[in-house]
Amino acid sequence: MVQKTKQARTGAECSAEAMRQINPDVVAAYPITPQTPIMHAFSQYVADGKVDTEFITVESEHSAMSACVGSSAAGARTMTATSANGLALMWEVVYIAASTRLPIVMNVVNRALSGPINIHCDHSDSMGCRDTGWIQLYSENGEEAYENTLMAVRIAEDPNVLLPVMVCQDGFITSHSVETVELIDDESARGFVGEYHPKDALLDTDKPVTYGPLDLFDYYFEHKMQQIDAMEHAKDAIRKVFDEFGQLTGKKYDFFEGYLLEDAERVIVCANSSAGTTKVVVDELRAKGEKVGLLKPRVFRPFLAEQVVEKLKHAKSVAILDRAASFGGHGGPFFNEFRSAFHEEKEKPAIINYIYGLGGRELDLAQLRAIFEELKAVASGDVGHNVRYSGVRE
Amino acid sequence: MPEKPKGWKEIPIGGKIIEPGNSTKYRTGDWRTFRPIHDKEKCINCMICWMLCPDSAIKAGGPDCPEKGAKGASDKPSTCNFGGFDLEHCKGCGLCAANCPTKAITMKQEKEFD
Ligand code: SF4
Ligand code: SF4
Repeated sequence: MVQKTKQARTGAECSAEAMRQINPDVVAAYPITPQTPIMHAFSQYVADGKVDTEFITVESEHSAMSACVGSSAAGARTMTATSANGLALMWEVVYIAASTRLPIVMNVVNRALSGPINIHCDHSDSMGCRDTGWIQLYSENGEEAYENTLMAVRIAEDPNVLLPVMVCQDGFITSHSVETVELIDDESARGFVGEYHPKDALLDTDKPVTYGPLDLFDYYFEHKMQQIDAMEHAKDAIRKVFDEFGQLTGKKYDFFEGYLLEDAERVIVCANSSAGTTKVVVDELRAKGEKVGLLKPRVFRPFLAEQVVEKLKHAKSVAILDRAASFGGHGGPFFNEFRSAFHEEKEKPAIINYIYGLGGRELDLAQLRAIFEELKAVASGDVGHNVRYSGVRE
Repeated sequence: MPEKPKGWKEIPIGGKIIEPGNSTKYRTGDWRTFRPIHDKEKCINCMICWMLCPDSAIKAGGPDCPEKGAKGASDKPSTCNFGGFDLEHCKGCGLCAANCPTKAITMKQEKEFD
């Protein structure tokens, strides 16, 4: 029987707690704010003998991901964590990890990319590698970071998937803030995660394999096609893992989670901690009888476009909030994806974009109230600028 | 003709090669723009080319050169003798030609053989 306990934990501790329960074979990491507390907590577990993990301290994130690639190819269950410029430095190998089909799980504590140098939250880091072939899960709070990390292992290792998974949470806002979180007992968590049976392990000397050979115009495209196909399979695998984990926690998980969405006419779409802030404003406006709601992406890669349409098509106006800019693009990365999901639809809401919160700029309740207010005009057909900015000084 | 390339559903994922010892299936001969031509009159069967060829595309097992009329020459195949090129794997690098002590190998453009 699963035992649930409520504890006061930071988001970073939640990720470390999930890692302790997973007890991965290998962790290779390099410290970077605001990811550091995850590895700080986890290395303590290693030192105290609470996990059997081989903990590899490396000289950079490029080396961290390289060590993860090597260890995962060897057949070890492998994890790491990073943020911002650490992720940027890893990038080359991040792409290789997915292309080599290695089920590595990485916590990404979202932080703005330099420059100018900044240590606070935005999503430029994980959005920058949305096309690397990694599955991306987003977490509203520490509890979701914990759940997503446990589920990520199962999703990554599904034999029909075999792709690495990134579990994102907001730097400082989530990673360093203590909240009440509900965790499950070790036995249930370990039972859920299960044993890892690697495919084509390099250390299996009875069955020698080659990893990373040259792959030119004759086969590279076919290998990319397999990755595209694996992302399709990931949709089923994620659904299955969500349902199975939901039976343990008694919660319902989905690719896109609605909050008072059913009859909502004006909707805000945003990921991670901003979703929590938006819920406060939704409650406040609902109390005044306004039909507003929230849609929170929990899974951004793979992108389940049909569910976006399903969940948003009855709304009159929708604001997609992007905590990352796509310089020179038409709006942010979320906006592009959500808006194009509706292209063929006859019945669709008016959709606008807000870029917000760059470099940790706060998203406060007044801003969200203003966005819901602006959505009134948008709903009545006056779309105006469809790419807007919230929280920047003129 | 090389075998028909496989589709994405037929190959191992991740670019992995899961079957050891299959490099002979990789036809490096497809790369060739110069083809080595052997002159058996000049060849002294020193096998330097055989040792140097990076693609093991020099075969052993040819006969001694009976036409030369040298003593002991025979037309029986011997692994000590130059035995021709494996053109499926010869990539045309020209190392054999450059290093043959008697200049018994010359490189000719592939288009001459079309
Ligand atoms: S290197 Fe020249 S002489 Fe020696 S075996 Fe080869 S072709 Fe003959
Ligand atoms: S040209 Fe190069 S590959 Fe071809 S037989 Fe000579 S050494 Fe070998």
